[in-house]
Amino acid sequence: MNSKITDYIIEKIIFLCGIIAIVFVVLIFGFLLKEGFAFFKEYGVFNFIFGKYWYPSSNPASYGVFSLIIGSLLVTLGAAIIAVPFGIMTALFIAELAPKGIRDILKSIVELMAAIPSVVLGFVGMVTLVPLVRSVLDIPTGLTAFSGSIVLGFMAMPTIVSISEDAIRSVPWQYKEGAFALGATKWQTIRRVVLKAAMPGIIAAVMLGIGRVIGETMAVLMVTGNAAAIPSSIFDPVRTLTATIAAEMGETVRGGLHYRALFGIGLVLFTITFLINFIADLFLNKKR
Amino acid sequence: MVDKIKVENLSCFYSGKQVLKDLSLTVEKNEILSIIGPSNSGKTSFLRTLNRMNDMNVNFSRKGDIFLDNDNIFDMNPEKLRTRIGMLFAMPIPLPMSIYDNIAYAPKVLGLKNKKNMDEVVEQSLRDASLWDEVKDRLDSSAIKMSGGQQQRLCIARILAIEPEVILFDEPCSGLDPISTAKVEEAMLKLREKYTIVLVTNNVKQASRVGTRTAFFLMGELIEIDKTRNMFLTPKNKLTEDYITGRFG
Repeated sequence: MNSKITDYIIEKIIFLCGIIAIVFVVLIFGFLLKEGFAFFKEYGVFNFIFGKYWYPSSNPASYGVFSLIIGSLLVTLGAAIIAVPFGIMTALFIAELAPKGIRDILKSIVELMAAIPSVVLGFVGMVTLVPLVRSVLDIPTGLTAFSGSIVLGFMAMPTIVSISEDAIRSVPWQYKEGAFALGATKWQTIRRVVLKAAMPGIIAAVMLGIGRVIGETMAVLMVTGNAAAIPSSIFDPVRTLTATIAAEMGETVRGGLHYRALFGIGLVLFTITFLINFIADLFLNKKR
Repeated sequence: MVDKIKVENLSCFYSGKQVLKDLSLTVEKNEILSIIGPSNSGKTSFLRTLNRMNDMNVNFSRKGDIFLDNDNIFDMNPEKLRTRIGMLFAMPIPLPMSIYDNIAYAPKVLGLKNKKNMDEVVEQSLRDASLWDEVKDRLDSSAIKMSGGQQQRLCIARILAIEPEVILFDEPCSGLDPISTAKVEEAMLKLREKYTIVLVTNNVKQASRVGTRTAFFLMGELIEIDKTRNMFLTPKNKLTEDYITGRFG
């Protein structure tokens, strides 16, 4: 009898915890929607998304986030170009080529990379990478989308490596053996069999890595220069969606148009990350 | 009879533990040599040494030599060797792609690019593996959805596509039902006309059905090798007799 009561209570507690998590997510989302839509109603969705100028403090104020979206996408794209090939090759090395001892060490190190707080990475990037970019490329400032891409690429790597490595390692060894028995070399086997079989997992890894990058705030705020203008190249300063929220939230009037515009940005970000996670999920499920 | 493969004083070790003891035998051209014996008798280790699949195991070492048409296989490039000695595993492992691509995979890797040629290779390989009639209308569908027996014959066709000289079968029917087994055996008998076959099997009856000659392995030693008929009617060694009559193993 006693154990039945305990069972009942524990079951209810677990249920409550699960429900609370869901309720919080719904509430946050609801709040975001409420403030975001209030802004869209007043300012117009089209003007907001495609407006070129983000001048929240001029008169009349202008809240176009197009340059911010471009900034975010540019930094993310750059980070992906850096992190995806490196990440997948690192994963391949760890899963297929590295000797056992090195493999375990490498894998732990890569996972440790994920634990570095982004503000630390941003700070390190700001004092080392930014001056380097400026002097090597001989441009007026090292605070550019390019610097942001490098720092963010570094942050996306652990996710990409770790999940890709799992996907590669879960390719049945019989596939490899079958390919070897047909006279394929190691490289042919990796390229045509292992990578092919692991592809859904690798794509999911890339999507999750990119998801992390696009939502990242502190590091980009510190190294991209924060100029809210449409950049002409990756070597221009940019400002991202996330950095805008972080930098301006403190100086808005609660309930004002500027304040709500930041929630509008939040909604745009939410939509982008939701889409990316959704695509990643599609691929992860396809794998099973 | 011409010797296709000649094994001379072969001993094999895993981490220093001896699994094959001073083995000498020959495989004749266009025969099916069945190798029977209880588990741990070294049958599979022997087979995997023949096409140097064991090379990938770092704990493996061996003494003695194996000759394919008088060339020492340990002097050859292992990838090249494996295109001459194909291998089929116990579990049929179709690659995760279409039926057509499974068979086209190896020729593509080895450099056969012409699409029309490829169609011919695929068709001929499937015909030789006695699978063509069952799959000719769905070459583009995924190979993973086929039945076990069809998958195993697909794997045979995949090996035939690289036109090997010798095919090694490692317990090819251990996971198959009797009807699928019969079909694989039928394919094997047909293949004998063009290829030399070494078959490792746990199924003594299978050896008696398809083997031209049969070899009996026990604890890493070759106990007896003879024409299948002789071996099953009048085994020379008491151990062989005990094994094939089912007294142990």
